[in-house]
Amino acid sequence: MTGAPGTTYREAVRAAIREAMQRDDRVFLMGEDVGRYGGCYAVSKGLLDEFGPERIRDTPLSESGFVGAGIGAALGGMRPIVEVMTVNFSMLCLDQILNSAATIRHMSGGQFSVPLVIRMATGAGRQLAAQHSHSLENIYAHIPGIRVVAPATIADARGMLWTALQDPDPVVIFEHVMLYNAAGELDGEAGAVDIDRAAVRRPGRDVSLITYGGSLGKTLAAADELAGLGIEAEVIDLRTLRPLDDATIMASVRRTRRAVIVDEGWRTGSLAAEIGSRIVEQCFWSLDAPIERVCSAEVPIPYPRHLEEAALPQPAAIVAAARAATGR
Amino acid sequence: MGVFRMPSLGADMEAGKLVEWLKRAGDAIAAGDVIAVVETQKGAIEVEAFESGIVESHLVAVGQTVPVGTPLAMIRGEGTAAAPAAGPAAVPVPQIAPSPAAPPLSGAPQPPAFRASPAARRFAAEHAIELTGMRGSGPDGAIVFVDVEQALQGRRDAAPAAPPRPPPTAAGPPATGMAAMRQAIAAAMERSKREIPHYYVAHAADVTAAFDALAAFNATRAPRDRVLFGAALLGAVARALARFPEFNGFHRGGAFEPAPRIHVGMAIALRGGGLVAPAIHDADKLALPDLMRAMHDLADRVRAGRFRSSEIADPTITLTSLGERGVDAVLGVIYPPQVAIVGAGTPALRPWVVDGAVVARRLCRLTLAADHRVSDGHRGALFLAEVARLAENPELP
Amino acid sequence: MTRDEITAVLFEEIGNVAPEVDLRSVPDGADLRDALDIDSIGFLNLMIALDARLGIAVPEADYPRLRTIRGAVEYLCGRGTAA
Repeated sequence: MTGAPGTTYREAVRAAIREAMQRDDRVFLMGEDVGRYGGCYAVSKGLLDEFGPERIRDTPLSESGFVGAGIGAALGGMRPIVEVMTVNFSMLCLDQILNSAATIRHMSGGQFSVPLVIRMATGAGRQLAAQHSHSLENIYAHIPGIRVVAPATIADARGMLWTALQDPDPVVIFEHVMLYNAAGELDGEAGAVDIDRAAVRRPGRDVSLITYGGSLGKTLAAADELAGLGIEAEVIDLRTLRPLDDATIMASVRRTRRAVIVDEGWRTGSLAAEIGSRIVEQCFWSLDAPIERVCSAEVPIPYPRHLEEAALPQPAAIVAAARAATGR
Repeated sequence: MGVFRMPSLGADMEAGKLVEWLKRAGDAIAAGDVIAVVETQKGAIEVEAFESGIVESHLVAVGQTVPVGTPLAMIRGEGTAAAPAAGPAAVPVPQIAPSPAAPPLSGAPQPPAFRASPAARRFAAEHAIELTGMRGSGPDGAIVFVDVEQALQGRRDAAPAAPPRPPPTAAGPPATGMAAMRQAIAAAMERSKREIPHYYVAHAADVTAAFDALAAFNATRAPRDRVLFGAALLGAVARALARFPEFNGFHRGGAFEPAPRIHVGMAIALRGGGLVAPAIHDADKLALPDLMRAMHDLADRVRAGRFRSSEIADPTITLTSLGERGVDAVLGVIYPPQVAIVGAGTPALRPWVVDGAVVARRLCRLTLAADHRVSDGHRGALFLAEVARLAENPELP
Repeated sequence: MTRDEITAVLFEEIGNVAPEVDLRSVPDGADLRDALDIDSIGFLNLMIALDARLGIAVPEADYPRLRTIRGAVEYLCGRGTAA
């Protein structure tokens, strides 16, 4: 079967949900506006008609309530997919995730598990202002007891969900809002993918650009520009933010001896900070330059387009950081 | 507390074998004392301490081969207490003797003034490459991995025939003996001819009067107190350098570093083949009889296979004198990173024009091979003429 | 000191300067410096040793007479028996 040209990220996520619903009748989707409205980002459009209101459930505007219900359903043997409209809102259910979902296996001595999948939109770029635009993946990557993944490609958007549903512990999937309209070739037979390993999206020998999610495209664009300057950048897509795939990161940095971490989160206490520390811990004697970080400005994400763009990591800043690291 | 480390006795040394401890734990040592004997490609070398103190402990046993930079012994500084025994009984006593003012490793090198990345430092350490003076291509001019790699490549290019050596930490001593010395000479000379643009000048020195003066001086002296012309020549090179500093020092990392002192390396052929060129320290400061004694002592020790780390590492210029074997002249190959080598042929009676008449005079043909990156032929000619003038007029007491 | 004793000392001291040379293979009339590859410091060491062992300080002016083994033996015996 040939590839379906022009598959969007949104369509890939929808196809993944549809496949999961078809393969396993314990799977159901719930969240704000996922049913009648078709999802805030139109991911679940059409699924209500296809699967009915029992399995495509609109919820009240209470993140704590419906995430808690998802935990309960998972404990009861279901395989819920809970959609949280944006990571900003997930602060309302952080208690459920951190204090319940992530701890129950531990506190029950391994008797209970929570096979819950939570999908969240994350990131800026759509002028949704300071309460709908942040990248708080680092908060979740901080929590033992859950797995955190960030599909950055169409194939990962299509393939990570099923694997996440097979995990006996909670998995949080971050979908960057700027990726939903991204289109690409998707093999018609594309299916489940691993959620353990980072991927080298572009090989290079001069500097490792380490990124994930919505920043992957910008980083690849920066790598193209760097190639024009004679700098061969290697681009690492983390894919899984917890646990981090240290082996792939370190293998790359040992080869290139330089690292630039691109992370849409705020710099302070960021995933970029964590990765930088690990590189220093594990690769200090292989480094040729200080580690560079390209992160979002430490401000609430602004509404005006030019200010929003200025606050986010952009290819020009990535190029500048790579040039600083290589001294070229 | 200082650390006494396996020294680098030349750019091509990666490891050395400890063959003898000459100072035991508890022995007091002064800076410059020979405390151990290390076997290298150049033979057994007596290694000197850089600081005074008391040998606290040996860290490496006789017979072990260790990479350059490996701590060999701990040296307790003078006036500091012995390391306290472990255990609760060791209550710290207020120190009266000054110790905290000194850096914690008083014998260790000061932090270098250059920037080098961790990758560059480790790679350089693994291959015993000197970072000082290397030009960095990294951020803010930092020395990075590829800079060291290129330096190493240069070294390997210089010795293409050399079989790959095991890393210094691997078992097995470095090659020693004649094959190793041949290999070391080959590496140094190939590097020289590849990297250093040599130029040559020659000058015939009329040393008739100098020989007469030496003959008169020696006539009344027992053999042990006699001065050979070679010493006069070495003194002439050393004294001439005081006025021509661009021939005394090192070319490293793309730039010339003049040496603050004058240590003339004396090429000494070893019986059975090979040669070394250890230094006569501060040769410009020694009166001729003292210079003769130093030269004689050094030659004897070299042939006995015993010379010191500072002598092998320090030369700032080399003198090669093939004056024994009847050759007219010798055109030297500079020993990198030095920038000049003076050669002397056999002083012999030749027809020479003096005051319009052809007469027999004793002539010594001097040559200079110098690094054209650092100096030019005009200065080279002036320097060699000054060497000749001084050699023609030795200062005898 | 007999001629044989003087010769023995000479051979022994030459052996110290040029330890790897088999003196029996060196012709009596060969130039010592060339045949034994002795340089000026080596030769000086030989003179110092002869001075110490035989009490004969050879002046530099007489060095040409010690060019060969035969010449050296003749010279030293002349000086040695005269002394």
